[in-house]
Formats: sequence, C-alpha cells, structure tokens
Amino acid sequence: MADPATVKPEVLSERDPAHEPASEWMELNMGPQHPSTHGVLRVRLKIDGEIIRDADSEVGYLHTGFEKSFEDKTYTQGITFSDRMDYLAPPINNVGFVMAVEKLMSLDVPPRAQAIRVIMMELARIASHGLWLGTAALDLGVYSAFFYAWRDRDLVLDLNEAYSGVRMMTSFTRVGGVAYDLPDGWLEQLQAFIDVMPPRIDDYEALLTHNPIWIQRTRGLGVLTAEQAVEWGVTGPCLRASGVDYDVRKAFPYCGYEQYDFEVPVGTAGDSYERYLMRVREMRASLRILQQALDRLPDGPVITSNRKVALPPRPELGKSMESVIHHFRLVSEGFKGPVGEVYACVESPRGELGYYLVSDGTNKPYRMKVRPPSFCNLQALGKMVEGRFIADAVAILGSIDIILGDVDR
Amino acid sequence: MNLEVVVVTLIKAAIIILGLLTGFAYMTLFERKVQARMQQRPGPNRVGPFGLLQPLADGLKLFFKSSAEPAGRDHLLYLAAPMLSVMAALATFAIIPVSGPGYITILGHNIGWYVMNANIGILWYFAVTSIGVYGIFLAGWSSNSKYSLLGALRSSAQMISYEMALGLSLVPVFILAGSFRLVDIVNAQNKWWFVIPLLPAFILYMIAGIAETNRAPFDLPEAETELVAGYHTEYSGMRFALFFMAEYINMITVSSIATVVFLGGWWGPFGVLPGPWWFLIKVVVLLYVYVWLRASLPRMRYDRLMQLGWKSLLPLSLLMMMATGVVVVAAQR
Repeated sequence: MADPATVKPEVLSERDPAHEPASEWMELNMGPQHPSTHGVLRVRLKIDGEIIRDADSEVGYLHTGFEKSFEDKTYTQGITFSDRMDYLAPPINNVGFVMAVEKLMSLDVPPRAQAIRVIMMELARIASHGLWLGTAALDLGVYSAFFYAWRDRDLVLDLNEAYSGVRMMTSFTRVGGVAYDLPDGWLEQLQAFIDVMPPRIDDYEALLTHNPIWIQRTRGLGVLTAEQAVEWGVTGPCLRASGVDYDVRKAFPYCGYEQYDFEVPVGTAGDSYERYLMRVREMRASLRILQQALDRLPDGPVITSNRKVALPPRPELGKSMESVIHHFRLVSEGFKGPVGEVYACVESPRGELGYYLVSDGTNKPYRMKVRPPSFCNLQALGKMVEGRFIADAVAILGSIDIILGDVDR
Repeated sequence: MNLEVVVVTLIKAAIIILGLLTGFAYMTLFERKVQARMQQRPGPNRVGPFGLLQPLADGLKLFFKSSAEPAGRDHLLYLAAPMLSVMAALATFAIIPVSGPGYITILGHNIGWYVMNANIGILWYFAVTSIGVYGIFLAGWSSNSKYSLLGALRSSAQMISYEMALGLSLVPVFILAGSFRLVDIVNAQNKWWFVIPLLPAFILYMIAGIAETNRAPFDLPEAETELVAGYHTEYSGMRFALFFMAEYINMITVSSIATVVFLGGWWGPFGVLPGPWWFLIKVVVLLYVYVWLRASLPRMRYDRLMQLGWKSLLPLSLLMMMATGVVVVAAQR
C-alpha cells in the first residue's frame, strides 16, 4: 500500500536530449486496428528509441455523417441519431439533443420527466465511467478490474432495458418530455443498484487507488496545466483534474440539477492519476444524485401537454377527432420549429456536449453542429505524450477517455 | 557410454517432454479457470466436462491453422526462432529430479528420477535459458515488423538483466548445500527446507523468475495494449503455439527449480505422500501464484522494470549472498 500523496510525481525532463537526430526517428503507426486505441483512431508516433517525440492523431475512420443526417430527419426522428454518436452514454446525448429543440421552441418539460432524465443520465455516467475504468485498467494490464467494471455496467444496461426496451441505444426522450413513464418495479431495481454500487466502487479502489504500480504508471503522466487545458478546449473530468471547476451541471443547470445536492470533484495535478480519481469520485457523486432523485421523484405527466409537439394519449384517439389529426400530423411530418439558432449543452461523462441547432422554420434542422467533448479533449493528446515512453502513450490516451463515435460523428 | 545409458536417457527424455507438453496444455486451462474464478466468470466449460478438453481443442485449432508469414522476413531465422525457444525451454527440465532419494528399479536396472544428474547442475539451467533469449530476439529481428522489433528489444534486455539477479539469488543455496547438483541440494533439505533460512533469497528468486519468464506484472515484451503482441506479433498457427509453449514451460521450469532448491523438492512433512506428489503440489502452488499475480497487478513500465532489476534486485541478491557466506563461515569457526 502506497500513499498516493507521498509518491513524488515523476520528473521526466520535458525533452531529454535526443538520442538520435530527427531524421533517424522511427515512425510507429498506432491504429486504426491497434488493441488499445479504444476504437478506430490512428496515432502516428515519431519515436526516438522508446521515447515519443511527436504524436499526430488522425481521426475520421468512424465518420458516419450524423450531423448531415440530422438535416434530413424530423426533430423526433433525429433523437435516434443522437445516441449513436457517443455510444457509451446514449441517454445524455438524447437529452442534449431534445434540450436544443426545446430551447428553440421554448417548451416547458414536466418535473417528472426532468427527474427521469436525470436518473437516466446519471446511470449513463456511472456506466460510462465504469467502462472507462475497466478499459483504462486493461491498458495497463489489470485484467480483473475490466471484468468487475463490465459486470457492474451490465446492471445499468439491465435498467436501460427495463425502461426503454433497449440496452444501449435508449432513445427514450421526446421533445417536451420522455416517451413513457417508468415501468412497475423499476424503482426497486434502481434502489438495489444504488445499494450495491458503493462497495463495488470500493473494490475498484482497493485494486487500484493505492496500488504502487498503478500510481507509478499514472502519477505525473500526461500533465495538463489549467491554462493548457482551457486553451485546448478540454472539458469534463480531464479539465477538472487540472483544477478548473467547470461542470455544466453546476455552471448552467438543466433538468433541475440545481435541486440536487452533489459535489463536483476538482483536482490539482492534472495527471492521469488525478483523472482516474475524478471519475471514481464522480461515480460516487452520481450515486448520491440518483438516491435524491429516487427519493423525491415527483408525480405527474411525463411529457408536455402541448399537442402541437407531443402525441396525444392513446385513449383520446377514440374520442376526439382533433387528437387523431394531431397524431397524424405529428407522425407523418412532425412539428415545425421557429426560425432561429440555439445552443444547448449537457455534461457528458467526457465533458461538455453541445448541440448547436439552426432552424429555418421547417420540421427539420437546417444545420446541426455537435460539439463533442471527445474530439476537443483528443486535441491535447500530442501535448500530453511528447517526451514520454510508448507505454505511457497508451496510459495517457486511456486517461483522456475518448469515444470514437463521439470524435468522428 | 554404453547403449543402456543412451536408451534409458532417451526414454526418460521422451517421458519428460510428453509430461511437459501435457503440463503446458493443462497449465493454460488452469490459468484460464483460476483467473476466471477470480474475475467472477465461469471460464472455459464447453469442451468436455469442466472444459477439460479445452487445451486439446485449442491445440487442434492452432495445428490446423495456416501460418501467415510477413513479407520481407529473414526466412531461416524466422523459422528457427520458435524452435529455438521451445527447445531451450524443454532442455532446462533435464536436470530436475522429480523424486528421490532412491531409484526406481525396473528389470534389475536402477533408474534415477531425473534425465541427467550433471555435476554442473544448476549452471545448466542458466546456460540454457540464456539460449532461450536468442529465440525471442531472433523472432523480433527476423519478422520485419516494428512492433516485433520493439518487443524483442525489450524482452532480451529484460531477460538478460534479470538473469543476473536470478543466478545470484541462488548462490546462498549453493553455499548451504555445498553442491551444484540438484539431487544433493534436495538431500541437504531433508530436515529444513532452505526457504526457512533463505526466505529473502526465495522471494528474490521468484520475482526474478517471473520477470525472466516475461509474465505479469513484468509481461512487457508482449504488452498487448502497447505492442500488439510483442516479439511474436507476426507469428500465427503452430509457430505461435511454440512460443506460447516455451513461455508456459519456462513457468513450469522456474517453479520446479524453486521447488527443488527452496521448498525441499520431493520431501514432504510427515511423509504421507510419495515424492513425486509432493513435488507436483509445490509446483502447482507456485504456478497458482503466477496466475494470481496476473489477475491482480498492472503491468510495470519498461524503465521501472530495469530500475527494479539493476538497482534493487541485483544489490539485494549480492547482499544476501554475502550475508549467507558470513553466517556460514562464522558457524564453522
């Protein structure tokens, strides 16, 4: 057992004297089919012996044209694109997208729908951080942590499935609320999850937090100072590890986050180890939010009563001609938004996820620009790995937590 | 040398090789099963009862797989490297006495429990493992791949560095036993296993042994997340299986040497079981430690590994050697 505070950060000179002239450096291609790139990322490393002199990330291998596809689908149909971008936190993407539309149309969302969204988003955060922990640990050779993390992520997927019918691509939001109310017995299942998680997070920490090899492999590596992190547009746990207290949930509260009592962990060192700690603490904070949301879950409708946006309830269809017309119009051509431009952002497990929506008054977005946290965070990779060993490049890349679906869109 | 000795030695060698290959096959299953239980999953359980035929299925699969070869390889060395590795791994076991102190008597011949009882004994082990380094290095060199080359460089540097500590950590045993012959060393442990007076040397030996066999947490040469598969990246099919075999047989050999040298070989307390069983139990316990470490520890970084080898293990082994010498001389006076 080592106390992480007493392990002195490694002092590797920023650029220790090159062993060989630049012309002799070897170019090593990591990816796009490399086991540790967390997707199809290609990183071109210039190496001098085992020391990296230059790193150049090439993205685009997973480009699917989501942003363009949004322009061809109605607002409701667009929801199914959103969760396929960051496929490890689909509910957060769903919410971010509909928030942009709701902002455009100035819609109010009922409190119960807000609470359900918060619950789903925090579950997704726990699942995403859990998966990150597993894969980052796997990068450094801890096989067991990987299996523990996946076991626990499965509990979240079970909850997703019980609620939305789908384990990953939930698409549970609708403009103005959520698609359906919680099924019977779901809250008990959620309570069981909240109860089982803290000891499991303790287990992860027991395996890693005080492990001397883990500390050696992450402490003082991939350091980003607060200024650098801000300059590169880094957000999320990576930014907070560098000591900048910025979390969209606190800075620009949405979905009623201001009602919940939770702390946002902020670090100081800005190294890989700190990023790991941030995520573990965020998992605990998310569990607190879940407990509060569960205890105070309000009653009421789960979608706005505005019939121009939300489908009428099923029983009305047999009685009211207007409802049938609304239903037909909404299903066949959707609803039209006013002309305008809006930006809505949410805190995804990777950072600030923003949707910039331009509307020309039709039933489809004129332009949809996504600000993906992974893409912006990835930019800092070159800075972080310069002068490090190849083995560290993997640890550092792992600590940024990129999702290629989010990077390439 | 008469014909009888030649025939007996050949038969014994064949038995040892078959035993080691079976041991290797079941070591893979043992590792997967134990690791699976530690990671809360069932492990292989589809082929045969409890997955007992899994190694056979794996072996057959590898045997019938086509061997893809990289372009621009050095063909001769590329072919020779895996054979060299596996030959070195098998040859080291020749000196290990699996039981004793008596002989088995078959048709009036007294046959020892070892393939050879060389008077250089354990030096044979050091010499042959050094040849094993060539297998790995040549594999990396001849594959014409950057990942292989980096893996091979790391691997050979690591193995050469740790051989020093490995060898020196055994010197206290030679001082106590007064012989290089493994049979003599085991006989000297009739009353007390050397692990009791020489616990630090045993720990040093195990650490160096794990590094020498390139196993977690020192499995850098094949750090799959960094270097794809290290020196054997470009090998497939049966040629890959040979490297795999060499690695696992080396684990068995390191554990066997530890058993013979520190844990009293075939001697068991109370004498309730025949010698070979005691030997087997001790080896399996040590192999379990290998698996246990792999399931729980992260991988060390290359430079840290070198620091550990040269700056910690080597001086400590030297210190242990000198301390043992001083104590033995003082006791004789």
